[in-house]
Amino acid sequence: MSGAVATWHVQPHSDRVRIYFANHSSHADFATIWAALPADVRARTRPVAAADYWQRSRLRRYLAAEVFRAVLIDRAGGGPAATEQMAAALRAGLSLIIFPEGTRGDGRVIAPFRSGLYHLAVAVPAAELIPVRLVNLNRVLPKGEAIPVPVIARLTFGAPIGLEEGESKESLLARAHAAVVALDERAKADRDMS
Amino acid sequence: MSNLSDPVFQQLLGGTFAALALGTIAGQLLKRRARSEDARATVANMNQRIKAWWVMCAIFAVAVLTGGIGSIILFALLSFLALREFITLVDSGRGDHRALLIAFFLALPAQYVLVAIGWYGLFSIFIPVYAFLLIPGVLAVVGETENFLQRTATIQWGLTICVYAISHAPALLFLDIPGYDGREALLLFYLVLVVQLSDVLQYVFGKLFGRHKIAPRVSPNKTWEVS
Repeated sequence: MSGAVATWHVQPHSDRVRIYFANHSSHADFATIWAALPADVRARTRPVAAADYWQRSRLRRYLAAEVFRAVLIDRAGGGPAATEQMAAALRAGLSLIIFPEGTRGDGRVIAPFRSGLYHLAVAVPAAELIPVRLVNLNRVLPKGEAIPVPVIARLTFGAPIGLEEGESKESLLARAHAAVVALDERAKADRDMS
Repeated sequence: MSNLSDPVFQQLLGGTFAALALGTIAGQLLKRRARSEDARATVANMNQRIKAWWVMCAIFAVAVLTGGIGSIILFALLSFLALREFITLVDSGRGDHRALLIAFFLALPAQYVLVAIGWYGLFSIFIPVYAFLLIPGVLAVVGETENFLQRTATIQWGLTICVYAISHAPALLFLDIPGYDGREALLLFYLVLVVQLSDVLQYVFGKLFGRHKIAPRVSPNKTWEVS
């Protein structure tokens, strides 16, 4: 009903596993990315979500386990255990969708990325890091609201960024953040061209 | 409403489809004759338009033939798509969410229900009076004060042109004109036909005679010669 328009700056299919990392402002974020993936890619892609949030009620547990088949990680404990959980999924041939801001923002500012993305990139160097920019989802379904408003959302898949030889954590996270931010500028430029 | 048994209606519908059929044949002939890359692109674009017109005419014919309710549902859907496009283009924030829900899921359906039951008295004032009061009220209760007037006016204007104005098209079906009973659908058909023809003719004449563009950044095909 709300609809979304996807733009790809990278081939949707790849023979490598992928880590899609996106800005986060809505519960609809993950479903939007999922819906934009081709069906066969979607079947091999799992969202990463916070265990404390998604295990709070029976409904949420059901949704996370049966519908989204999410990889639930412990936000508070974090660190090596969470990285190992995600790395195991990647090594099993599953791609992941992660939201490195760690929580939903207001959709206007993208918060600094948490370090999990870096640790994951180090643990599974074979994975491609794909930046994804979501626009308007904070307007479709903002934090704290239950009914979505029909606004057309946009999402853009960017070219992969790779972890460089001996790159520091700060450098990779800054580049990843900049890549997501830049995708919106590109979406704007595309629109001006047409 | 037994539109189909009305001979005028039959002629109009037949004429429209005959014109479309003619256009389709001409389009296919031109496709064979097109030599240059440019000409091929133009013909392909025209054939796409003809296809779109077929679809529009078919949907509209079905809507009118199913009597009033078909047209009302069709225009309600159009209103929904128009309002969605409008709200997407303007800048709405978190504080607007509740007011937008009311615009989409209360004001829009209520307006078309009023058309369906023919309650003209309320139909004509429901959005400009009641919805216009409700929207700033909800925005105030939500409590976001920044740009309050702009945000209110934006949603109100979206409702006015996307819902209130469009809902007057199917409302033509309920006009009570002495000596014109049961033929109100012709009015709606006339309105849509004139709008569509204007689109078709400006395209055709723009391609044939158009030289000086009015606003190429907005719409590359609109020319002064045609207007």
